[in-house]
Amino acid sequence: MDDELGARLKVYEGRAATLTGTGRDPVNLPMIRHWCEAMGDTNPAYTGPGAIAPPTMLQAWTMGGLAGHEGRAAAHDEMFALLDAAGCTSIVATDCEQEYLRPLRPGDEVTFDTVIESVSARKTTKLGTGYFITTRTDVRVGPELVGTHRFRVLKYAPARPAQQPPPRPRPVVNRDNAGFWEGVARHRLLIQRCTACAALRLPWLPGCNACGGPDWDTVEASGEGTVYSYVVMHHPPFPAFDPPYAVALIELAEGVRIISNVVGVPYDKVRIDMPVRLEFRSYDDELVLPVFRVREEVAV
Amino acid sequence: MRAGEELPPLEIPITRTLIVAGAIASRDYQDVHHDAELARQKGSPDIFMNILTTNGLVGRYITDHFGPAAVLRKVAIRLGAPNHPGDTMVLTGTIEEVDGDTATVRVVGANGLGSHVTGTVTVTVPSDTVLSGGA
Repeated sequence: MDDELGARLKVYEGRAATLTGTGRDPVNLPMIRHWCEAMGDTNPAYTGPGAIAPPTMLQAWTMGGLAGHEGRAAAHDEMFALLDAAGCTSIVATDCEQEYLRPLRPGDEVTFDTVIESVSARKTTKLGTGYFITTRTDVRVGPELVGTHRFRVLKYAPARPAQQPPPRPRPVVNRDNAGFWEGVARHRLLIQRCTACAALRLPWLPGCNACGGPDWDTVEASGEGTVYSYVVMHHPPFPAFDPPYAVALIELAEGVRIISNVVGVPYDKVRIDMPVRLEFRSYDDELVLPVFRVREEVAV
Repeated sequence: MRAGEELPPLEIPITRTLIVAGAIASRDYQDVHHDAELARQKGSPDIFMNILTTNGLVGRYITDHFGPAAVLRKVAIRLGAPNHPGDTMVLTGTIEEVDGDTATVRVVGANGLGSHVTGTVTVTVPSDTVLSGGA
């Protein structure tokens, strides 16, 4: 069986998660009022001398808050430690079923017992892969059962590993521009030249813009150029990029233009006519791109 | 109060304030309900509403309609698409069953992503206060 963790978790079914937990505060009007304010609930039953607590507050009276839970049984902590160790570090609540046997009133002091009712087999969800854990809590005031609370959480390993930025987009390589990208891989910026009329063209195209001739060869760019125009990207942010950044149209010494990035200066120091020089930058194991560095004599 | 009756919808703007105020009022200090940066590290695009707030809003929706004498017996909800700031949730309800002065109401809360909550509420409305029908 490949769900070994699932089998280990199953053992906890039926075991106590909390034994005689005690509410941090007795049921009280200030917490009721804060709840009603947050929910926008103006029901008069929750105010005044005969006030009851909103029944849906049932779980709130059992919450540990920042101070944490008292009375948690070892089974609960062990089970969660197993899940954390397996990478299921995130948690999200999915179901809540409450039954209210009598209203809670200011002054009531609640106690509660929670049992681990069931643990699912391993499930893969949109959020990630993990286990659904269902608990049932009986809430009492003194010996009297006042409500029950069944709660289901998904304890899971997030599908997207945290803090790993997505890779930069890949160039679209086809038979018309494959030679350009082969040149870039060898750290050469190749310009197409029409063999009929000698016109240069960049980006690469299947035919000559000047004479329509289909045949071509290449010349290697010297690498010298100037900023012909630029924009600064602020919005929208694309996942692989960190705005703001400058996107420049570089005019090469040969007279053709290429869209690229200017490096070596902050985005807000890029200027038209700035002299730049070609270099090749590796972004990851596979991706090399031509970029243009501001020449030292003008660097700011 | 009769089976098939539809409750008027309740529109709830999902503000960052509502999400945080609801989490704190329910004593839920999980970071994903108040800290956007940590929520993102856990794979969520932003903070999202906690289940206790959703539960409270569903309860409010029912008692808003049936009045202060209505007594909630059971609230059972299941969450789907999260409530993120900037969204709007529209709660709708249909009375599924009536047994004497007790009704079972099917509730759905839809947001821009889909169905945030689906659930069933059992509520008792003492007969001398039963509304004549809708608001």
